[in-house]
Amino acid sequence: MSDEYEHKLEAKSDYTTDASSVSAPEIDSVPEAELPDQELYHSHSWWTTYVFSQDAKYIGIQYALTAVGTGLLGLVLSWLMRIQLAFPGLGWLDPAAYYQFVTMHGMIMVVYLLTALFLGGFGNLLIPLMCGARDMAFPYVNMLSYWAFVVAVVVLLASFFVPGGPTGAGWTLYPPQAITAGTPGSDMGIILMLVSLILFVAGFTMGGLNYIITVLQLRARGMTLMRLPLTIWGIFTATVLAMFAFPALLVGCLMMTLDSLLGTSFFMPAMVSLGETLTHEGGSPILFQHLFWFFGHPEVYIVALPAFGIVSDLLSVHSRKTIFGYRMMVWAIVGIGALSFFVWAHHMYVSGMNPWFGFFFATTTLIIAVPTAIKVYNWILTLWRGNIQLSLPMLFSLGFIVTFLNGGLTGLFLGNVTVDVPLSDTYFVVAHFHMVMGIAPILVIFGAIYHWYPLITGRMMNETLGKIHFWITFIGSYAIYFPMHYQGFVGVPRRYFEIYDSPYIDTSTLLLNKFITIAVLIVGAAQLLFLYNLITSARLGKKSEKNPWKANSLEWQTPQMPPEHGNWGKELPKVYRWPYDFSVPGAKEDYIPQNQPPSEIIGAKVEKT
Amino acid sequence: MNKKKSIFQLLTEKPWEKDQIEADNQHQGQTVNLSKQKLGLRTIMAASTVLFSLFIVAYSDRMLISDWKNMPEPWLLWLNTSILIISSLVFHKTTKYAQNDIFDKTKNGLYFVGFLAYSFLIGQLIVWYQLMNTGHYATTNVANAFFYLFTTIHGLHIVGGIYFWGKTTSKFIKRSLKKEEINNLIDTCAVYWHFLLAVWIVLFGLMLSS
Repeated sequence: MSDEYEHKLEAKSDYTTDASSVSAPEIDSVPEAELPDQELYHSHSWWTTYVFSQDAKYIGIQYALTAVGTGLLGLVLSWLMRIQLAFPGLGWLDPAAYYQFVTMHGMIMVVYLLTALFLGGFGNLLIPLMCGARDMAFPYVNMLSYWAFVVAVVVLLASFFVPGGPTGAGWTLYPPQAITAGTPGSDMGIILMLVSLILFVAGFTMGGLNYIITVLQLRARGMTLMRLPLTIWGIFTATVLAMFAFPALLVGCLMMTLDSLLGTSFFMPAMVSLGETLTHEGGSPILFQHLFWFFGHPEVYIVALPAFGIVSDLLSVHSRKTIFGYRMMVWAIVGIGALSFFVWAHHMYVSGMNPWFGFFFATTTLIIAVPTAIKVYNWILTLWRGNIQLSLPMLFSLGFIVTFLNGGLTGLFLGNVTVDVPLSDTYFVVAHFHMVMGIAPILVIFGAIYHWYPLITGRMMNETLGKIHFWITFIGSYAIYFPMHYQGFVGVPRRYFEIYDSPYIDTSTLLLNKFITIAVLIVGAAQLLFLYNLITSARLGKKSEKNPWKANSLEWQTPQMPPEHGNWGKELPKVYRWPYDFSVPGAKEDYIPQNQPPSEIIGAKVEKT
Repeated sequence: MNKKKSIFQLLTEKPWEKDQIEADNQHQGQTVNLSKQKLGLRTIMAASTVLFSLFIVAYSDRMLISDWKNMPEPWLLWLNTSILIISSLVFHKTTKYAQNDIFDKTKNGLYFVGFLAYSFLIGQLIVWYQLMNTGHYATTNVANAFFYLFTTIHGLHIVGGIYFWGKTTSKFIKRSLKKEEINNLIDTCAVYWHFLLAVWIVLFGLMLSS
């Protein structure tokens, strides 16, 4: 730190809280609690403790494990697809299987892995702990939410074993294709997919109700909304988005189920299939597209906002610095959330629409880049002159910033109608959305798991294995997706189950396809290394101290670590500050936990950001 | 307790400033002065409103296509609508009895509300039966399909309401809760009843006017 900087700090002293003139009990005093302590459910048997648990921490872990298990299947499906693309002559997959794998991979990764892991997993684990509550507002409903998710996953996986296999309509499930003969899984597979989604939405609504009420009503004393960690802001806003967006998916799924089972004509137009005139008439396929994307676009931010929030906290803790522009970060999260409901039709530029309609949606799409860019700048400014610890969570957070920026920039291209039209349906789009909502959130998830693992198990994960995992994942994802951008530019279409030597396909494409596939296999194998680390560290990992990262937020301040049932022992915590007081001048330690009374930190000067 | 603040005021607080720190230390941890059941119900009502609005949007969009044939309007629907209105009124009255601690009238009110809710559901099923007898199946025209869909979704909401009505009534009769707690539950159920009446009137009005 330069002298000049020290000097500036001194000059700022009019903003400081100098508590030295007041006696300790007086400055620590907070009013008596006016609200009664939450009544807790106590489990009595093994079943209610470990299986039908009503403790949000357990439910969070259950959610996370189920989501990761399903996600592994998605990973394996991507291997199978890539092998087919690299070696088209091999006859590895037939077209039907390829489309089924594409569909299941997409749906599993977006809904059953990312949404469930961020909101169900991290939401349940962190909301009560970070807000200073004993549990969620409605623990029983919370348990139902998890089991509805399990049933949804089981129904989804069951579709692999029905006649015709799972649906192969693409994760967007557009009718009339999805429920017309000729599409793989058009009778049983699609029904199971729709039922599974309906169950997921029902289960999520129960969980979301809990997250919203807990964040709003069950916080600790002194915890105002603007003292909440950004993680909670991200998860909370994403939950609100989900509560408004999932009904659109529900409407679409219900109506398509009826079209398929009863033969109604909500979405199905009059058409001839395999030489036979179908009984449907007059339905509007484009209506489904609007409903789907009215859900589908906010869904991107349902995944992204918790990632934004979590990464902000990771960056702040691991660079020992206040988050830059806390309020602006909150506003950006809320702003992005609101705007995300006005951009859905940019997924439909080539579906045929009034040019002015496209113009409107291109404009809103570009506007949403403003709060997003603010967040990226603020992350970088948080790192600026920070005491950066290159721990695993920090490495993954840095990886996230770069990857998200990359994916975001290609979004600017695709958001413009005129640029999108030639690029749409090429590998450029595949590269874009995998960068921005595949790799970027997954990097945050890894960072968050390495960060909060000691909170769950009381042990640290292996650092060396983690570093190997990081570098393979990070460099590997670029090896996979950078070539795809190029392939998109030279016009390689997506959704083709084999691409072989022909006058229309550049020779480099074939070579790149092999290269990408090799990278995919290596990156996938690195995830097995991560799983190995995750499992073995629970038993063999180095014992963690109580607050291993020296973080301020409440989840690390529980009397026991890992926290016990009820989280807080006898007395609920009292909060005296926000969670970003790192490296405060004059303080003994370089962090001041949120619940540390002012009398214990006399002399510390709280600087204005 | 904490003063009421607009969202804008909440979001512009500066949590690091001295005055704000002092004010924040007094905070009790609740954002709005509502029981968690009431706020939870509002959240669910918001999500349901979005759900029904999207159905209405889909309906209005689908209506424009030429194969649309309006459905007949059975007179029984008017009876069902009035049952729903009466049940809402009775529920409102019941909350007043509950506040004034009149046990018998509250109990009878709750029973009557439940009876009316079941009657409404049975009435809706009879309407279905009549429509199917006259050949108006879901596949005959999409207008019918929308009618079946709307009544099913609305009916499922009522079934959910009956579940919570049953829990509340049994708690009320067992007198297992304190007065404020049970009144809070009764009020919450009543609000949900009014909400479902409003939803039904909008849906019914939409089907009548088209």
